[in-house]
Amino acid sequence: MAQPRVLVVGGGLAGLSASMRLAELGVGVDLVSLVPVKRSHSVCAQGGINSVNALTRQQGDNEWKHFDDTVYGGDFLQHQPPVKEMADWGPRIIDLMDRLGVPFNRTSEGFRDQRRFGGTLYKRTSFAGATTGQQLLYALDEQVRRHEVDGKVKKWEFWDFLGPVLDESGRCRGAVCQDLVTMQFRAFPADAVVLATGGNGLIYGRSTMSMVCNGSAVSRAYRAGAWYGNGEFIQVHPTAIPGADKLRLMSESARGEGGRVWVPKKPQDPRDPREIPEAERSYFLEERYPKYGNLVPRDIATREIFDICTTDGLSVEKDRLCVYLDLTHIPRETLDRKLGGILEIYEKFQGVDPRSMPMKIFPAVHYSMGGLWVDYEKSASGGMLEGSPRNQQTNIPGLFAIGECDYQYHGANRLGANSLLSCIFSGLFIAPTLANHAGSAVGDSSRLFEAEIRRQDERHRELLARTSGVENPYELHHQLGNIMTRVATVVRRNEQLSAAYDEVCLLAERWKRCAVSDTGNWTNQNVVFTKAVGDMFPVAKLILKGALMRDECRGAHYKPAFAMPGLAATDPVSKRREAEQWCDAFAANTRKWLKSSIAKCDADGNPEISYQDIDTSLTPPRPRLYGLVGGDTIEEVWKEREAEATAAGQSPVVGGRTVGAGT
Amino acid sequence: MIRTVEATAGHEEMAAGNGHHEAEGRMVRVRVLRQDIAGGESYWERFEVPYEPNMNVISVLQKIAARARSLDGRRVAPVTWDCNCLEEVCGSCTMLINGRTRMACSALVDKLVVEDGEEIELRPMSKYPVVRDLVVDRRRVFRALEKVEAWVPVEGSYDLGPGPRISPEEQEDAYPLSTCMSCGCCLEACPQYTKIEVIRRDDESEADFDARRKAAYDSGFVGAHAISQAVLFNAHPTGRMIADERMEALTSKGGIQVCGNAQNCVAVCPKHIPLTRSIARVGRAATFWAIKKIFDR
Repeated sequence: MAQPRVLVVGGGLAGLSASMRLAELGVGVDLVSLVPVKRSHSVCAQGGINSVNALTRQQGDNEWKHFDDTVYGGDFLQHQPPVKEMADWGPRIIDLMDRLGVPFNRTSEGFRDQRRFGGTLYKRTSFAGATTGQQLLYALDEQVRRHEVDGKVKKWEFWDFLGPVLDESGRCRGAVCQDLVTMQFRAFPADAVVLATGGNGLIYGRSTMSMVCNGSAVSRAYRAGAWYGNGEFIQVHPTAIPGADKLRLMSESARGEGGRVWVPKKPQDPRDPREIPEAERSYFLEERYPKYGNLVPRDIATREIFDICTTDGLSVEKDRLCVYLDLTHIPRETLDRKLGGILEIYEKFQGVDPRSMPMKIFPAVHYSMGGLWVDYEKSASGGMLEGSPRNQQTNIPGLFAIGECDYQYHGANRLGANSLLSCIFSGLFIAPTLANHAGSAVGDSSRLFEAEIRRQDERHRELLARTSGVENPYELHHQLGNIMTRVATVVRRNEQLSAAYDEVCLLAERWKRCAVSDTGNWTNQNVVFTKAVGDMFPVAKLILKGALMRDECRGAHYKPAFAMPGLAATDPVSKRREAEQWCDAFAANTRKWLKSSIAKCDADGNPEISYQDIDTSLTPPRPRLYGLVGGDTIEEVWKEREAEATAAGQSPVVGGRTVGAGT
Repeated sequence: MIRTVEATAGHEEMAAGNGHHEAEGRMVRVRVLRQDIAGGESYWERFEVPYEPNMNVISVLQKIAARARSLDGRRVAPVTWDCNCLEEVCGSCTMLINGRTRMACSALVDKLVVEDGEEIELRPMSKYPVVRDLVVDRRRVFRALEKVEAWVPVEGSYDLGPGPRISPEEQEDAYPLSTCMSCGCCLEACPQYTKIEVIRRDDESEADFDARRKAAYDSGFVGAHAISQAVLFNAHPTGRMIADERMEALTSKGGIQVCGNAQNCVAVCPKHIPLTRSIARVGRAATFWAIKKIFDR
C-alpha cells in the first residue's frame, strides 16, 4: 500500500502543529497555504496562551477551573468533553512550546512568567512580550522546516484550496488547489484533508484579521456539504486601533498588565487627558464590575465601551467614537519588557507614544467562535478519546477541521489567550486520529480529480471572460462589510438582520455580474479576490440567519429585545421573589436555546438552520452573572435549586418551579 | 449591567474605520514600476487615488486595485502586491518605497509626502526575481534558515517536561532576535547580497529544478537575518547542541566571510534587531572555529 498522506490546508498554529506531529508519526504531509506559512495570521496574536501552572495551582487553581472558566465565559454553548481535554493538555502544551525555544518572559529566577487575562481570577497566561502568537508560530514553523528538509512535509505556499473532492459514497478523497503564481490547478489525493484555515473577519470588511482571513476555504467546504456550527457567534474585541485599511488589535494584555479603561465624565472634555483629575474620570468597567474590573469577558467589555459612547454620549472625541485605554501609570521599563510589540504598533500607526499618553481605542470584529461542525468521542474520564476517528471530523468522512475554523471550543464567547491553546491543542490532538484514518478509503479516485479540475477550470475561465460586467468586486466587498458590521456585531435587532439578509442576497446576485479587471493568467490576484468575495456570501447569510433565528442573548450574541436585566427590587423579600422569577426565565431560556445552531447549505448557497443539543454532562449550565445587578441573590437561588436538583438526580435547568418541567 | 443600547451609530463607525472619510478633492499620486510576468520587461505606470487621513501604502494599493485605471484613465490590470497582517508582524509587504526598502503597511502617506514630496514611488525589491509587479520570489530567505538550521533540535513533540531555565537577561537578549519576520529588508539593503534568479529548463523535472535552485541559493551570501538566527539558536541551551553544524554552514561558501560590514542591514531593519551585533558575534566565533578546526585535524 502507498504511504499514508494527509493534506493540511493552512499553516497557522493549528496547521503547523498538526503537520509537525503527523511528520513524527511517519505520515506524509502536503501543507497548502495562501501565504508562506511563517506569515500566517497567528502572528497577530499578541497577549499570550492560557494554562494552569505551578503558581496558580497553589492558589487553588486546577485544570477543572480552567475548563469551568472557559465554558462559563462561553455561556455554556460548547460541548464540554473537548474543552476539558484542552484544559487538561494546557500545561503540557506550554512545556512543549518552551522546549521548542519560545522566548517566554521570565521571572527573576528564570521560570516562565504569567499574567492575568479576561474571564478568570488567576494568572494563567504565559507570554512572550506582546507578540506571543508570532513567537509560538515561529517555533512551530522551525520544527516543520526541519521536517521539510527531511522530506516528510511538502509545503505548497501561495496555493489556494478550491474545495474538497468527494467520491460517490460522500467520502473526502483529497482536494483541488490552485497555484497563485502560475494559476495552474493540481489534484491533491489524500487519506484525509484537514482544514486549518482560521477565521473569516474579511466578511466584515475591516477587522483585526489579516488579509487571508476571508473564510473562502471553509465556505468551499460548506458548499460541498460540510455543516457550519454557531455561525452567529462573532467576537468583537473591546480594544482596537481604528484604521483606514484595518482595525489593528490592541491586546487584552494591555489591561492584563494593569491598563485602565476610562472616559472623562464631562462629554468630550477638551483637556489633555493627563490633566484630567481622577475625580473627573469614569473608570466604568471597574465601577460596574468590581470583581473582574477591566478584565471582564470580551463580549461584556465590548458592549460597555460601545454603550458608553453611543448611549451615554461620553466618547472621548466628538467626531469619532473612542475611549481611553491608559497605561501611563505603569513604569516605562515594565511596559517595554512586557508589552513592547503592541506599543510599537500604536506608536507607528498613530504617531503617539502610549507610554506617556492614553491610547484611543474602540471595538472591532476579531474572532469567529463558530466554524465547521466537528465531531468528537468522549472518553471515560469525561474528556476526548485520543485517536478516535471521530475527533475533529466534519460530517464529511475524511474531512477534518481544527483551529479557529472549527466551532468546537469557545461557545458563545472566547476567553482571551484561549485561542492559541485551542489551535495548538486541536492540531496536536488530531494527528493520531489522522494516522489511524490513513488507508481507509478504497478505489481509484483519479477520475474524480479530473472532473473537479475540469469544473474549477471552467469556473476560472468563466470569471476571466467577464470583462464586460458592471459590478466591481471590491465595491461589493465594501458594501458587504458595511452591512455585516452594522447589523451583526455588538447589538443585533431582528428587523435589521432580516433586512440585511435580503440585502446580502441582492449583493450575491450582483456578484454574478462582476467584471474582472485583470484577464491574464499569471499571478492574477484580481480573479482570486473576486472568487473569495463570491464565497463570502454563503457564510454571511448563515451568520445573519443564525443571528436572526436565535431570539436570546448569549455571549457575543446580544439582542436587546431578549435581554434579561438584573433585579430592580431593593427590599429582601421582593428581591428574592424577582430572583426566583429570573431563575425560572433562565431555566426556560436554557431549555429552549442552549443548542448549537447547525447551518447546511442548499444548492443556491442559502442556509437551512437546525439545532443540536449540547453535551453539558460535566457541569450543568448556570446563569452568567458577571456584574449583573442582584447577581448575588440570583446566585443564591440558583445554588439552592442546583442542590435540590442534584439530590433528586435532575438537572437544575429541567427542575424549574413555576415553569413546568421542560423536555 | 448592560443597558439597552439604542443608538446604532457605533456600528456605522466600526464599518467606516471610525471616521476616516475621504478628504474633499485631495488626491495621492503614485508611480509604480510594473512587470507583467517573471522575466518580462518592466515599465512605469502612474495612478491617482483619493486621499484619506492616516492612510498607508497598502490602502493606496487597495484603492488602485478597486479602480483599475491608470492616471490617464486607461483600464489597466490592478497592481499586484504581497501583504497580509497590515501591522508589521508578518513580513509580507516589503517593497521599495521612494527608494527605501521597508514594509508598505507601516509606510504612512502623510509622512511620505512630507519627507519626499507629493508623488510616491513604488518598486519591487531588487535582490529577488520579480514574479509580477511588486511581488517577488523570496524563497531564498527561507532556504537560508534551512542552511543555518534555525531551530531547536528537539527529539519530538511528546511531553518531556518544561524547557531549560532561562534567566530574564538571556530572554531579553533572545527575544528581539526572535522577532525577525523574514521580510528581507536587511538583504535588500546589503551590498554583498546579490540577485540569484534560476529559471526552470523545459526538460527539467520539478525536483531537479528545486535542487538546482537551492544549490544556487546556497552559493550566494546567506545574509544578516540568517546569521542573526544562528546567534539566537546558538544561545539557547538546547539549540547550542548543534552550534558546530551552524558554524560549519556559516563558514562555508556564502557564509559570514562575505559580509563587508556595510552595516546597512541594521539601519533598515523594521524591527530594530541588532543585526550587526549578531554578525560581530558570529565573526568572533568563526575565528575560534577556524583555530579549533586546525587543532582538531
